[in-house]
Amino acid sequence: MHTKTLAELSAALRAREFSSVELTSHYLERIGRLDASLNSFVTVTADQALAAAADADVRIAAGDAGPLVGIPIAHKDIFCTAGVRTSCGSRMLDNFVSPYDATVVARLRAAGAVMLGKTNMDEFAMGSSNETSYYGPVRNPWDTSRVPGGSSGGSAAAVAARLAPGATGTDTGGSIRQPAALTGITGLKPTYGRVSRYGMIAFASSLDQAGTLTVTAEDAALMLAAMAGFDGNDSTSVDRDVPDYALHLNDSIAGLRIGMPVEFFDEGLEQENRGVIDQALDAYRALGCEVVEVSLPNLALSVPTYYVVAPAECSSNLSRFDGVRFGYRTDRAGDLREMYSRSRAEGFGDEVKRRIMTGTYALSAGYYDAYYLKAQQVRQLISADFHAAFERVDVLMGPTTPTPAFEIGAKTADPITMYLNDIYTIGVNLAGLPGMSIPCGFVDGLPVGLQLMGPAFSESRLLQVAHAYQKETSWHRQMPGADFD
Amino acid sequence: MSLSKAEVKNIADLARLELGDDELPDVIENLSRIIDFVDQLQAVDTDGVEPMAHPLDMVQRLREDVVTERNQRDLYQANAAAVEAGLYLVPKVIE
Repeated sequence: MHTKTLAELSAALRAREFSSVELTSHYLERIGRLDASLNSFVTVTADQALAAAADADVRIAAGDAGPLVGIPIAHKDIFCTAGVRTSCGSRMLDNFVSPYDATVVARLRAAGAVMLGKTNMDEFAMGSSNETSYYGPVRNPWDTSRVPGGSSGGSAAAVAARLAPGATGTDTGGSIRQPAALTGITGLKPTYGRVSRYGMIAFASSLDQAGTLTVTAEDAALMLAAMAGFDGNDSTSVDRDVPDYALHLNDSIAGLRIGMPVEFFDEGLEQENRGVIDQALDAYRALGCEVVEVSLPNLALSVPTYYVVAPAECSSNLSRFDGVRFGYRTDRAGDLREMYSRSRAEGFGDEVKRRIMTGTYALSAGYYDAYYLKAQQVRQLISADFHAAFERVDVLMGPTTPTPAFEIGAKTADPITMYLNDIYTIGVNLAGLPGMSIPCGFVDGLPVGLQLMGPAFSESRLLQVAHAYQKETSWHRQMPGADFD
Repeated sequence: MSLSKAEVKNIADLARLELGDDELPDVIENLSRIIDFVDQLQAVDTDGVEPMAHPLDMVQRLREDVVTERNQRDLYQANAAAVEAGLYLVPKVIE
């Protein structure tokens, strides 16, 4: 059953080939048997999953043909789930049982999806390797000595190992696309404001966006349809109709103009990765697309810009964790100030503290203009580059990452080395635009991802473009070795 | 450019993060490296460029000033470390 895509499982459930209870039990058994070597789940909600699956079977029997009814999925542990621990990968929230559902969770539940559990992630979504989690690193199913990427590493590893047919993730600087690339699956980050952030624990409020990790673009379309749309509870939610993504999936892409930003193909990109990406672009030429070079001149500034903006916003967002109303409280509380500073020092990991301090510095008196304001101006320039490119082409394509998955521990010595992994993904977050990563080949047995980027609210087009490639190729159907059969 | 011990201690204080003397050297080094890295932005010409606070051209949406939430204090306080009579308990603030 787990070798089928989400769409195939959906058709099978509606054709009564098996029940949701059987399907859910199948995945729960796989998680129980295989997740020890991946550590992709923080919490498995077996009883609730089976109860929800039984309810789904009743809906299916009554003729409810919704595509997600009875489909098991996993949620990144950044989404609040009522009555279930929501840890955000941190000791700070290890004891936090959310009193409410995030909008994303509520909508997928209403659509009939069955929650298998909460997936592991970099602490507070800060990381590119899933090595900063309080619950230990997640391992890449293609090679368990290597990282799956981050921060949505748990969701990516779970889907890649077929422990779940689909999972939610979040992407602030690449945290859906990069792990999708490193684990050989399809990742989608929608336009900022397309999916509600209500109940999604905040890291950087002007960058955070919820999205999907699935095997195929078709599967992503099915999940996005349920997740997207205006939400009055999110003041940054955009009131704009949600297209029927599934309906337009098979539209022709002949004549599509594809731009290759030259800055994505510099010395930073490993030669072998470049070869795989070039082949993917050839496949698009063969499909009748026109591929031209474009330039995003300020791209190199996206990493330093991000590492001012995101920490600044996170320093503000994480100030709510003070041991008073929820979350970790120190045993060593002296006076109130000590309670705050000890709870936070003990509850947060090193990377989180580093980013809070970077942000505090950038926002502090005397430095605000030089750092935060300056970064927001450079952000405007980076965004303008994308808009200029989209006047000439319909879609941008390039590598998602500079290299394939690296070894656990290889990049933890110097924070900057880790930050540079995000070089190709960050631009789109700064500009608020949608992006995807789809599998396009392998280097030394490790997956390589092709990144697709589009203008605001072009998710329908991106999904078509990804789907067209997935109809002609089978990289996305390949699964990690016999260990995960 | 290396941040000074005093600067780092001040930042940690503003961020309400206790920092032990043994942790200081690593924190100073890492923070200094990060600030050095982001200092690249200083060389960029941003004359006349509007700072982008938000990627979309949106205005804060307003709504009618009516009560829409219901009081669920007990539910929310279930996650608190210490509560009494609906109040959150913390170490003494005033001597």
